Amino acid sequence: MSRYFSEDHEWIQVSGTSATVGITDYAQGQLGDVVYVETPEEGKALTKGDDAAVVESVKAASDVYAPVDGTVTEGNAALADNPALVNSDPEGEGWFFKMELSDASQLETMMDEAAYKAFVEGL
Amino acid sequence: MSHLGFVTMDENTENLGLLPLNNWHIARGGRMVPFAGYSMPVQYEGIMAEHLWVRENAGLFDVSHMGQLQLSGPDVAAKLEAILPGDISALKAGKMRYSLLLNNDGGILDDLMVTNTGHNLYMVVNGAVKHGDIAYLRKKLPEDIKINHMTDAALLALQGPKAAAAIEKLGIMPLQPDWPQVTDLYFMDAAPFMWNGVALGISRSGYTGEDGFEISIPAEHAMEFADALCALDEVKPIGLGARDSLRLEAGLPLYGHDMNPEILPVSADLSFAISKKRREEGGFSGAEKILNELENGPVKKRVGLSIDGRQPVREGAVVVNGNGAIIGNVTSGGFSPSLGRPIAMAYVPTELAVEGQEIILEQRGKKIPATITKMPFVPQNYHRAPRGVSK
Repeated sequence: MSRYFSEDHEWIQVSGTSATVGITDYAQGQLGDVVYVETPEEGKALTKGDDAAVVESVKAASDVYAPVDGTVTEGNAALADNPALVNSDPEGEGWFFKMELSDASQLETMMDEAAYKAFVEGL
Repeated sequence: MSHLGFVTMDENTENLGLLPLNNWHIARGGRMVPFAGYSMPVQYEGIMAEHLWVRENAGLFDVSHMGQLQLSGPDVAAKLEAILPGDISALKAGKMRYSLLLNNDGGILDDLMVTNTGHNLYMVVNGAVKHGDIAYLRKKLPEDIKINHMTDAALLALQGPKAAAAIEKLGIMPLQPDWPQVTDLYFMDAAPFMWNGVALGISRSGYTGEDGFEISIPAEHAMEFADALCALDEVKPIGLGARDSLRLEAGLPLYGHDMNPEILPVSADLSFAISKKRREEGGFSGAEKILNELENGPVKKRVGLSIDGRQPVREGAVVVNGNGAIIGNVTSGGFSPSLGRPIAMAYVPTELAVEGQEIILEQRGKKIPATITKMPFVPQNYHRAPRGVSK
């Protein structure tokens, strides 16, 4: 299992051709209190860079992009009742959706944890 | 909509003005963002926590970006009435009033507070439009009226149910020994005070729906005053994010969002700002149009909305009818920390502006049901004078 990060502050945890997507701890910290998350429906086909989800803080709504191409297999139903999971456990229980990858080679362009950490420190 | 809409550094940041408390905010952990041409704290520990703190304790807001003006000269109140629809001449010394800066068509150029200090009129106007306001006032007022923009003064707001208990601990003294203490002020009273040899102008007012005070202080003393307040257990610094959610819960419109030059006062549900005497006599900017709107009713009206579900509906969402045609627009909206659900303000056709009316909103292609609700969403907690008490 490997975890990759985008410059748009999504993380993707990959196991074979299946993956889980969420936003990083840095992103949740910048957003502040998350009050609503709109996750994609099962079966939705996503192309890298598509609007995949919406995360709303008290102050503003933001898009979450698809980090790679694929098909959504599940949205995180727990976020409907408890959107604050994104703040309390962004890189664990606060995941947004699961997907089946269609082009795993796209992961090669993403950052690993150390590279993302350095990227965030430079912001 | 931005991607993960948080603010990073951009080129505009270079030209931002710095307020007297800039370094103080940074030292207190404030996250600074561009607002009204200044770098300002949007939050410290988090909007939700700060909002709830103000509703239960007391919060200190830096509102030094707002314009503080002194207007003086012969018959200044009567001359100002040529523009504002309020009964400024009847304003007694030590009293303040909410009013509107109007263009010739009755459209709202700004909303403001005007205070009779006893020797001049003191006005607080919105930060983003203050330079335009000053130019407009200068153009409209005769030359014998002086306008002093108090650029060397900071403005702080202490808001919340413990604001009076907190401010009482600072040892603020009336300017004259026989004048009232700061805690003797009622809502919309103002007076001069002294604190450690520093002259303060204090009013019992604010824009959060809570009891509280607004304090005008020379910029060079703002930091020590803010430190003295925040040393008290009941006071924390609060950012602009919570200021916005507090005023939304209080049902208070925000200039540039719920009011603009295309909107007339009655439509904005601000008829209370047009004094009885002025309604009878007219003579303010756009009076003909505004009085006509008062008599015949506006085409559209600002209302409060209770939103179905949990998703906030923001400024820019629209109100649609059963055929999907746009019939109104949301001008402020967000998540109410006190109520734990989304609320909003919108303009709707007047015939729909009835409490309990169900309407449909549309945001990013998604239809969201809502119900027109009376405002404020959260009860106001002003320290009003008992009936019959007037100084």
